Amino acid sequence: MRTKLFMSAAAVALASVSMAQAEDSSDPIIIPTHNWSSQIVMSHVVGQIFESMGNSVEYVSTDSQAVYESVRLGDVTLELEVWEGAFGPAFEAALEKGGLHDAGDHDAVTREDWWYPSWTKEACPGLPAWEALNDCAAQFATPETGDKGRFLGGPVDWLKHDQERVDALGMNFVVVNAGSASALWAEVGAAERDKRPVVIFNWTPNFVEALYPGEFVEFPEYVEGCKDDPAVGPNPDMTYDCGNPANGYLKKAAWDGMEEKWPAAYATLKRISFTNPQIAEMAKLVDIDELEPEDAAAEWLETNEAVWKPWVDGGA
Amino acid sequence: MTVAATNASAPMRPQSRPRMAQFLFAAALCLAVAKLALPDGLVRPPDWLVWPFADWFNAVFSFIRDDLGLIHVTRAFADGLESVLDVTANLLYGKNRWPRLGPIPWSVIAITAAMIGYAINGWRLAAFAGLTFVWIAAMGQWQWAMETLSVIIVAAPVSVFLGLLLGTMGWKSARFRLVLNPLLNVAQSLPHFAYMIPVVVFIGVGAKAGAIVTIIFSVPPMIRMTMLGLQKVPSEVVEAGHMAGATRWQLLRHVRLPTARTELLVGVNQVIMQCLAMVVLASFIGMPGLGQKLLQLLQALKIGRSIEIGITIVLLAIMLDRCSKAWAVKQPVHLEKGTSWLMRHKLLVIWAALVAVFWALSLVFPILHEIGRRDALSLAAPLDAIMDWIIGTLDPVTQWLRWFLIVWVLIPLRDGMLWLPFSAVLVFLMAVGWAIGGKRSALVCLGYFGLIAMSGWWDRAMITVYTVTFAVFIATLIGFPLGIWGSRSKARAQAVLLVCDTLQTFPSFIYLIPVIMLFGVNDVAVVGAVVLFAAVPLVRYTIEGLRGVPEAQIEAADMSGATRRQTLWSVRLPLALPTIMVGVNQSVMFSLFMVIIAAFIGTQDLGQEMQRALSSSDVGKGLVLGLAVSFMGLMVDHLITVWANRRRRALGLS
Repeated sequence: MRTKLFMSAAAVALASVSMAQAEDSSDPIIIPTHNWSSQIVMSHVVGQIFESMGNSVEYVSTDSQAVYESVRLGDVTLELEVWEGAFGPAFEAALEKGGLHDAGDHDAVTREDWWYPSWTKEACPGLPAWEALNDCAAQFATPETGDKGRFLGGPVDWLKHDQERVDALGMNFVVVNAGSASALWAEVGAAERDKRPVVIFNWTPNFVEALYPGEFVEFPEYVEGCKDDPAVGPNPDMTYDCGNPANGYLKKAAWDGMEEKWPAAYATLKRISFTNPQIAEMAKLVDIDELEPEDAAAEWLETNEAVWKPWVDGGA
Repeated sequence: MTVAATNASAPMRPQSRPRMAQFLFAAALCLAVAKLALPDGLVRPPDWLVWPFADWFNAVFSFIRDDLGLIHVTRAFADGLESVLDVTANLLYGKNRWPRLGPIPWSVIAITAAMIGYAINGWRLAAFAGLTFVWIAAMGQWQWAMETLSVIIVAAPVSVFLGLLLGTMGWKSARFRLVLNPLLNVAQSLPHFAYMIPVVVFIGVGAKAGAIVTIIFSVPPMIRMTMLGLQKVPSEVVEAGHMAGATRWQLLRHVRLPTARTELLVGVNQVIMQCLAMVVLASFIGMPGLGQKLLQLLQALKIGRSIEIGITIVLLAIMLDRCSKAWAVKQPVHLEKGTSWLMRHKLLVIWAALVAVFWALSLVFPILHEIGRRDALSLAAPLDAIMDWIIGTLDPVTQWLRWFLIVWVLIPLRDGMLWLPFSAVLVFLMAVGWAIGGKRSALVCLGYFGLIAMSGWWDRAMITVYTVTFAVFIATLIGFPLGIWGSRSKARAQAVLLVCDTLQTFPSFIYLIPVIMLFGVNDVAVVGAVVLFAAVPLVRYTIEGLRGVPEAQIEAADMSGATRRQTLWSVRLPLALPTIMVGVNQSVMFSLFMVIIAAFIGTQDLGQEMQRALSSSDVGKGLVLGLAVSFMGLMVDHLITVWANRRRRALGLS
């Protein structure tokens, strides 16, 4: 109820602003949601901003990889979180086929790499250096990896090239791929009980940071070409001898038809840009404070008016 | 092969079947032993044998979609469906669409459910149905549950109608049946993800896609039951219809279909169960509601709250199951002539009055209209504590078990499976086929697995085979004794069967997280998750088989002074074996479904590739992988059916 009251008040306040711009279609703007909380809350935040501009909005849950096909066909209108590492390939592939385009970057940077929860440091004090990790590889051994350490990677379709990195850096690790993000968290959750050292694939911004503090492993710094040119990086004969970029992009993508159909909403979308702390805050509202995504979005909008008002007014 | 040819042409002597099978077994053994000396073409399918089926499928699909323009047809159909979905969505959870009346207060829906329960089967069902909705509202799941139901109450009737239509056509025309039966076989053994990909391409995502996937998944049992029901209508009844001068349509509508009522309602029941089974999976392509929420909660490791949703799904399933079953056995009531309108529609009037009362009350007390998340109850804290305790207690055992299974059982087994030359596997399967059903079965086995070899996914298929085989083996070790124990008394049987039902309708995704917490991301976790599912049909059919043994046979055994043990091993089990084998068959099917879902734990089998195909919307690849899984299931199904039929005939049971 609170949401609705707040929204209608905002709509009245903003009616004059949106009237000034070109008319948006009355068809609903379809926003896809995926299965992690920050994206869901962000979708609702943006959706409620659009609603405050007099648009109608609908949400649809989709697979985070398959969504680009839907954006391309116009089945959903936009995508708010395109992660360079995780969805870059799917996004680029869809971009090539045509039908959607890049609608600008968020201020937030993303990082995806090998990560360990803080208790791991006790067993392996030299962390976060990757050489130190390699020296205590035996601490990470599991029955199926023998005396080598196990690195639990993300699902294979995330294409993270962990195996290539292990080979290039001559690490004493075996890459085991989990089948889903939930499997990664479950493994960390289980390891927490007996403070077992684990090293998994993780990324930021992510709700797990709030649940289990931890750090990324510091690999040889990413330099342009390290993934394609063997000569770049510490190992002269192999590619992938470096970490992932520590500041990957977080993009917005839009269906090509959006600009024409909802010009005002599209202009706002182009201006929208969230930062890492803002995204973490949204995730926290749901994952820690146990709010529903809709309520979390309303609360965020209420406390951060100074942030989002300019996006709507066009004064950013 | 010359031996096979001569044997088949000559009239087959009884001992020629075992002899041929033995010969094939020996050949398979030779191929395996001589692996190092074999040419590469016999170890793994050579390039010329691997056909690009996926490319062909994709070519056909893009032709149908773009050149024939079928996408416009499917999209138009989906839009029609969506407008119906919008109505239910508006009524149930107030989506902003025509007729803009909703959302109906939860108390009104709960009282309606209770009245339906009462009308069908009296007070107990009324209480159960009503309380189910009270639970949903009190747990703050109303919105999600209604999102789910708004799709199901559209999908289930469409599915029933389509099933009736196709089933009747199949019953009428033998030629149509010839096409329909193999299609049904494949459809019922194809993993869900395989047909979700074409749906995304042709329909898109969202509630309409969820509805269509649900319809596709739930329609086969309805078709089968319609055909079965119509075939069983006694000719006397039809003749009576003829004599009354009924037209063909009247004959179908008023004579045949009502006579087949019991089968049809079993079909309806199956449709409802399948719809609920799809709740979570359909959310992968955008179906809103409980399934979607469940996946989100699991993603955030909120196990307690996902169990709450699991309970809701089970309650809904049991409620709908009870209602449809009670409706199936309920005979029409005939009132005396001259009963007043009020008396005849007593329940309807009471219902209307109650609806009016509760609607009015909900306007005064908002809590009867909608219970917000903040006011809702939650069992999450105690449930989480229980889960933690269980995992903590089991942990020392599972650590050891995990090490033992991985090092001594699973890795050797898996390496062994992958080591086997594919030719040896094929010849071995032919031997099994020949031993069970002669030449035809041998060729069926060769056909199914030959196609899997030709798909180019041999190694991954073998990993799937290894997981399923081991899981079914463990499931037998657990399920069989449990079934025997459960069959001892009627009360016990009912209790065990209730647990089976619950396990079966409980969303399988919830198992995945605790299983990972216990065993870690590895094959033990995968097998563990599959076993939970695979044991259910084994227990069920063991109980049903043992309890179905004719009383006279047991009495005869008792009279001849057999001990309880002797009766069990020499009388009851042999007689129940054909039914138990049907359970094994089901168990394999369930395992094949579950092993694909277990890809979310992390596997290297067909399921992992299927997941990739889904995320890249690759229709061809998804279908090839799906068919590979389906062929495994169909081969086992064929072997067990042939064997069980022969056995039944030998025992004089059929």
